[in-house]
Amino acid sequence: GGMAAALLLLLLLLVAAGPGPGRADAGREQRDALREELLLSPLPTGDVAATFQFRTRWDADLQRGSVSHYRLFPKALGRLVAALGVRELHLALTQGFWRTRYWGQPPLQAPAGAELWVWFQPTVTDVDKAWKELSNILSGIFCASLNFIDSTNTVIPTASFKPLGLANGTDHHLLRYAVLPREVVCTENLTPWKKLLPCGSKAGLAVLLKAERLFHSSYHSQAVHIRPVCRDASCLAVSWELRQTLTVVFDFFSSGQGKKDWSLFKMFSRTLTDTCPLASQSKVYVDISPKNKEKELLEVSPPPTSLHEAVVQGDKKTYAVYDLLSPSLFNTSRSLNVQLKWQRPQDSSEMPIPTLHAQRYVGGYGLQTGEICTLIYNTHPYRAFPVILLETVPWYLRLYVHTLTIITKGKENKPSYIHYQPAQDRRRPHLLEMLIQLPANSVTKITIQFERALLKWTEYPPDPNHGFYVGSSVLSALVPSVTAMKDMDVEQSPLFTSLFPSSDGSSYFVRLYTEPLLVNLPTPDFSMPYNVICLTCTVVAVCYGSFYNLLTRTFHVEEPSRGGLAKRLANVIRKFRGVPPL
Amino acid sequence: MAAPLVLVVLAAVTVRAALYRSSLAVFIAERVEVASPLNAWKRVVEGLALLDLGVSPYSGAIFHETPLIIYLFHFLIEYAELVFMITDVLTAVALYLAIQDFNKVVFKKQKLLIELDKYAPDVAELIQTPMEMHYIPLKVALFYLLNPYTVMSCVAKSTCAINNSVIAFFILATIKGSAFLSAVFLALATYQSLYPLTLFAPALLYLLQRQFIPVKLKSKSFWLYTMQYASLYLCSLVVIICLSFFLLNSWDFIPSVYGFILSVPDLTPNIGLFWYFFAEMFEHFSLFFVCVFQINVFFYTIPLAIKLKEHPVFFMFVQLAIISIFKSYPTLGDVALYMAFLPVWSHLYRFLRNIFILSCVLIFCSFLFPVLWHLWIYAGSANSNFYYAITLTFNIGQILLISDYFYAFLRREFYLTHGLHLTRQDGTEAMLVLK
Repeated sequence: GGMAAALLLLLLLLVAAGPGPGRADAGREQRDALREELLLSPLPTGDVAATFQFRTRWDADLQRGSVSHYRLFPKALGRLVAALGVRELHLALTQGFWRTRYWGQPPLQAPAGAELWVWFQPTVTDVDKAWKELSNILSGIFCASLNFIDSTNTVIPTASFKPLGLANGTDHHLLRYAVLPREVVCTENLTPWKKLLPCGSKAGLAVLLKAERLFHSSYHSQAVHIRPVCRDASCLAVSWELRQTLTVVFDFFSSGQGKKDWSLFKMFSRTLTDTCPLASQSKVYVDISPKNKEKELLEVSPPPTSLHEAVVQGDKKTYAVYDLLSPSLFNTSRSLNVQLKWQRPQDSSEMPIPTLHAQRYVGGYGLQTGEICTLIYNTHPYRAFPVILLETVPWYLRLYVHTLTIITKGKENKPSYIHYQPAQDRRRPHLLEMLIQLPANSVTKITIQFERALLKWTEYPPDPNHGFYVGSSVLSALVPSVTAMKDMDVEQSPLFTSLFPSSDGSSYFVRLYTEPLLVNLPTPDFSMPYNVICLTCTVVAVCYGSFYNLLTRTFHVEEPSRGGLAKRLANVIRKFRGVPPL
Repeated sequence: MAAPLVLVVLAAVTVRAALYRSSLAVFIAERVEVASPLNAWKRVVEGLALLDLGVSPYSGAIFHETPLIIYLFHFLIEYAELVFMITDVLTAVALYLAIQDFNKVVFKKQKLLIELDKYAPDVAELIQTPMEMHYIPLKVALFYLLNPYTVMSCVAKSTCAINNSVIAFFILATIKGSAFLSAVFLALATYQSLYPLTLFAPALLYLLQRQFIPVKLKSKSFWLYTMQYASLYLCSLVVIICLSFFLLNSWDFIPSVYGFILSVPDLTPNIGLFWYFFAEMFEHFSLFFVCVFQINVFFYTIPLAIKLKEHPVFFMFVQLAIISIFKSYPTLGDVALYMAFLPVWSHLYRFLRNIFILSCVLIFCSFLFPVLWHLWIYAGSANSNFYYAITLTFNIGQILLISDYFYAFLRREFYLTHGLHLTRQDGTEAMLVLK
């Protein structure tokens, strides 16, 4: 009797615990996890770069099935991805320019202004309409003028922007890329970005994000990346990953006051006090790699919880790790203020040069023509590698592709792949994509000439003599690395190593941006529309009048008239002068 | 007469060859006065480069030439300088032969009218003699070949030279009396730049005159001939456009060429009136004024046809001038074409009222164009208004020049029929007024 009852109870429990027909989605666990990380890297010029990454991973399929309960993943972005059929979204708002030549390769670079590139799902039928809606919604979410993204600054790159997440089939017609170089980033954009974080700016690493210190810097870039990733090693199911990154470079002279001692308090005017309770991992990494193979110049205090060694971007690097979740960290003091001290003065002449860096400038003089020159440097001593260059030039700088010259070491260098889409006035910009082989230890100069157009007076911005911005060009390359890199599990390695997927250990992916350009266009006189219309119509009327006279009138012999009063008066005066009368 | 013509041709070719080899060639090629978005050589090269890259030249907004130019220069791009020099020479020779024939026609007609006593008795000094008409064709060729405007246009390798050549052949065919060739060349000219459509009326009037068909709206033979000529013209136009379709297998060239000419989206400065007008236009009225300006070119044809139906070649001259002044992207090459005809009307010199001041205006403006362009674009010490002012003055100069010649022409016609010494009713000397 008791056995039977126990068995029945067990059966009942099993039935109750098992998945019912209508509770399939609610019963399946939709685990989400938050990892936060801060990377402090001292730069060769004495500045320090701080990169924050907040990664929320959600094991749910946003495309299929209705998801109703949002926990860590922000609802605004989740609804956006589901409603518009977005497969990948990358939005970056940047103030300043990352000086690759002096600061080294960045972990993640973004061009000055706003950059948005999105891969849509193959199920989206009208990609342009979805793109327009997406940019408008993002404009509202981030308080940025992304609604200025339209067909005149959107392009469809064919080779430069491959999906960074899971992808099956890459029809480049589902990709859209736009950059707004004139966009200014300020506190208004930081606040909604911080609001998307699960803990907001109240706990964890986000307490350091104070606007008055963050914007008093040489470079400030905040980004949002959404992409689908494999849920596990077998990759049978899809999870969605949201990464929010913020990179800021504090200047040696203005923020550091000329002294090379940095600390969290000096940089952010705050220290870390506690961890975000929703985070499963919360770490601070400090790059203490020796620069010239000697013992460390850099001393960090308080002592780190552990050391981590990894090969990042081709170099072997050592990091001091502060695990905020470890109980020993907050034992001695309630707050954590990581301090970096240099043991002896750094030899500033020994600045390491990154393998790939580039610069771009405008040549020529006058307001009629000009030339865009791009210089790409490959400083690897013996390896050559190809680089894809993507240039988006607005329609009012009319490019002449027959003037495109690529010169390496004095000889012409023909690109192996070139995709050029000419601009249409007021409808789409120029798109130039090239695959260029860079020989080892060389400088490649790419020049292309353009003509400046005269626009209608309403098409100029309020300050027309400031000039027009040309967005940064994008260089994408697989740079051969000096040291071989091991393939590591995404969950175990730090976040800053796992943003770009690596195909093999011998090279790492780098995306660089060049400087944006500022180009002046000839302007009409803005105070003159009425005058111009009147004068030109006068000239047309002169022609009309002359021809009307000659066409409708005929010659007649003039019959004398008695003359009016004026004529008689004139004749009287003439008689006095002794001149014959009229 | 062949030897002096050969000498003139040689001189012209020498001047052009010398300029091609000098450093001025690059400077002249960039001048906006001779190279417009429609006929700049840089854009032809760009279009061919796009074709080599596998992109249709009409997919962008750079190339606005007809497929005929692509056909022509695909094979001849190496010899471009030679092509343009030969084109100029061909134009000059065509004009020479046309004016030679025209002089014969004028002389014959004059003789007929004198015999029919249509002229007044005291107009002997107004009658043109073969002696003074002997050198006119040579002067026409000279005026065209050695005109600085033509030389600069040739050195800049502007395809305006090809348009001028086609129009010159059209004029030659019309004056020789061949309706078929005239229709073919007119279709080609219209295909190249759309505005020569208005030359249909003077050509028709000339051919009717030559066939001794009176221009009466009720006459059946008039309508029959008109229909014949119009159908020849339209058929050749259709054939040429269809041939162009087969070059790139698309109709993209139609909005790129004719849509561009008619809607004027590119506001690059030139010597015309359109660019600054539309740069400063209120957006609301843009379409209205585009239509007004385009109608303005075609609008004078019917009134001129009614007034000048007895003098179709003068009508052609006035029509060419109106096209050159009011087209959407004029260049100095277009101005040079109608200026080549001025020696034909040299017998009107005594009736021109303002010729001195107008020639001074035109010469000064030609010199001021590059100066003010440099000040605006390179030195930055002037602004666009300066260059705009010179375009206004230059266009007023041209307009007054043409209307001055028109006035002189009409006045001479009046004197021919009414006598040179006009008296009033009381016997004193009379004045002539336009009423």
